[in-house]
Amino acid sequence: MNKPIISFPHLGNYSIPISFFLRHVSNLKVQTAPKITKKTIELGSKYSPDFVCLPFKYNLGNFIEALEEGATIIAQAGGGCRYGSYGEVQEEILKDLGYNFTFLSLMENGRINILTIYKSLKKINSKLSFLKYIYYLCLTMLMINSMDKLENYIRLNIGFEEKKDSFSNLEKKMLKDFSHAKGFINLTIKYYKYKKLFKKIPIKKSEDCLKIGIIGELYTSMEQFSSYFIEKSLAKYNIEVKRFTDLTYLLIKKRFKKKKMLRKMQKYVTYDLGADGLDNVYRADYLIKNKYDGIIHIKPFGCTPEVGAIPIIDKVCKDNKMPIIYFSFDVQTSDEGIKTRLEALVDMLKRRREIK
Amino acid sequence: MNNIIVGIPRALLYYRYQDLWLNFFKNLNIKTIVSPKTNKKIIEKGSSYVVDEACLSLKIFMGHIDYLKDKCDYIFIPRIACLKENEKVCTNFLSMYDLVKNTFPQLKILNFNVDYEQNLQEEDGFIKMGLDLNLNKIKVIRAYEKAKKEQKLLSSQKEAKLKKHLNEKNIKIMVASHPYNLHDEFIGIPIINYLKKENITPILSDDAFNRKIDTKGLSNTLYWTFNNELMSFIKKYKDNVDGIILLSTFPCGPDSLANELILRRIKNIPICFITVDNNSADTGLITRLESFIDIIKIKKRRKNSEQTYN
Repeated sequence: MNKPIISFPHLGNYSIPISFFLRHVSNLKVQTAPKITKKTIELGSKYSPDFVCLPFKYNLGNFIEALEEGATIIAQAGGGCRYGSYGEVQEEILKDLGYNFTFLSLMENGRINILTIYKSLKKINSKLSFLKYIYYLCLTMLMINSMDKLENYIRLNIGFEEKKDSFSNLEKKMLKDFSHAKGFINLTIKYYKYKKLFKKIPIKKSEDCLKIGIIGELYTSMEQFSSYFIEKSLAKYNIEVKRFTDLTYLLIKKRFKKKKMLRKMQKYVTYDLGADGLDNVYRADYLIKNKYDGIIHIKPFGCTPEVGAIPIIDKVCKDNKMPIIYFSFDVQTSDEGIKTRLEALVDMLKRRREIK
Repeated sequence: MNNIIVGIPRALLYYRYQDLWLNFFKNLNIKTIVSPKTNKKIIEKGSSYVVDEACLSLKIFMGHIDYLKDKCDYIFIPRIACLKENEKVCTNFLSMYDLVKNTFPQLKILNFNVDYEQNLQEEDGFIKMGLDLNLNKIKVIRAYEKAKKEQKLLSSQKEAKLKKHLNEKNIKIMVASHPYNLHDEFIGIPIINYLKKENITPILSDDAFNRKIDTKGLSNTLYWTFNNELMSFIKKYKDNVDGIILLSTFPCGPDSLANELILRRIKNIPICFITVDNNSADTGLITRLESFIDIIKIKKRRKNSEQTYN
């Protein structure tokens, strides 16, 4: 029998640390799903339930393409809102489509933590020791954290690069280099090396440039394809972009911040709003306090937690006279519409600056 | 203290807890006013308060609050975040209180909060609410216990009625949905009325309450309390009915996944999946119901003739 091949859905650039992690803990061949294209989402939405949210469709498309390319095990994880229930439905849909595969859900009872991941990985690699698992988990977390820090720097400065594509070229090189990390020290050295390299890239940034914060749902924030590369389009207008959601935040920082956020936002929010709702209200407030020029709120169509949070965010922004624009991405959303709306937003923000 | 009026919106969780809530306030001698049945105007008003993409049930809820806003001293807003360990409810129920507080800033809200994960049980919610109204704690507990007893009595009566319905000879169709859809004048009632007119017994999925939850075979990992109850009902009674109408509002989050599983995993019973949104017209609905009922009738006739032939 051939050696099983394991695959997983895309999430921005995180496919590199995830495949790094799976490669080391499963001893199997890891195959990253083919890059997301228009075809992926077409395939995904064709077989998805009618009004399920967008990430489901992307993930399903990823799975179908990966299975077509020969994957035999597919892994899925997630939690919070609807994400936690994706797995079972996707497995059923794919089995009905006639694919033969093993479905590996990294969670139990709708929860995901260190133990549930270990238990599920044991199923595909019975020799996996707990120590080895923890070692690679920590190493992967460090990699994710380094990536997030560097990408944060990129977002702040990519709009002002002197030579076109210098940031994105170096980013590609960095990701490739990171995927061959050999240990904690090796990875740390790599991180500092690239930090230096990024800082060396010449930029033309003035002190009073336009600053925009992106808040919203996690998948559209992290998977650039699903938000029609909104960050890249913003960079073209010479804007500094701040984004909050990344894996470091979701996996580690979030659980320590909840109480603080509730305390700070008690004028508007009394209870937790579910998923990232409360976080986004807090972020809107943070952006206002730090004198950002505008806020972009992005979410996939029908995202329930955000639907509940939007009226509250709206109120926070109205009380403080902060411009905010809402994008809701769906399968059919066209590039042009988004571009027009972004252009209008940027024009408005510039004029606002002049008046001030 | 006795002359305050509490307004209760006739939407969402009202249909699940109406006996408990109304009896609780009655036992405390507090006057309550329940908003009228949903009509077009309520939906229109409600839609203007939330995002377009919010589900129809939430829009209706906001419409009811809009109706009540100047007719009472307090408006009763429940927030039920978690009812069982490892289970969740739709995030709309979590954010409801803050949503209302921010959309109607001048409103006085009576909050009822249940959150199992933070160890706030149903009783704690009622006690907290009573204390907010400056009532005696012991009085509140007594009122709650009495209301709970009455609720149990009523739900056992409901269940006896269900058994009677299930034994009837004519065609039985299960209408499966959340209680707030089933009993809503705009969503579920037209379907139920149509079935009754066609001499079909509708079996409503909230007829049996507080039963043992068993969803094995239909779903193993879904963690929504309300959807699990629905699935467990479907699983228990699906063999006693001739067809199932799955009713959902657009775009309900939990339903989008749970109903997909039901549709894919129940194979031997005809299922009609109906989604309602603000623009749904009656004619389209009736056409679909007509053809669905025709299919069931033909199936039943064929089965009967086969039996007599044998």
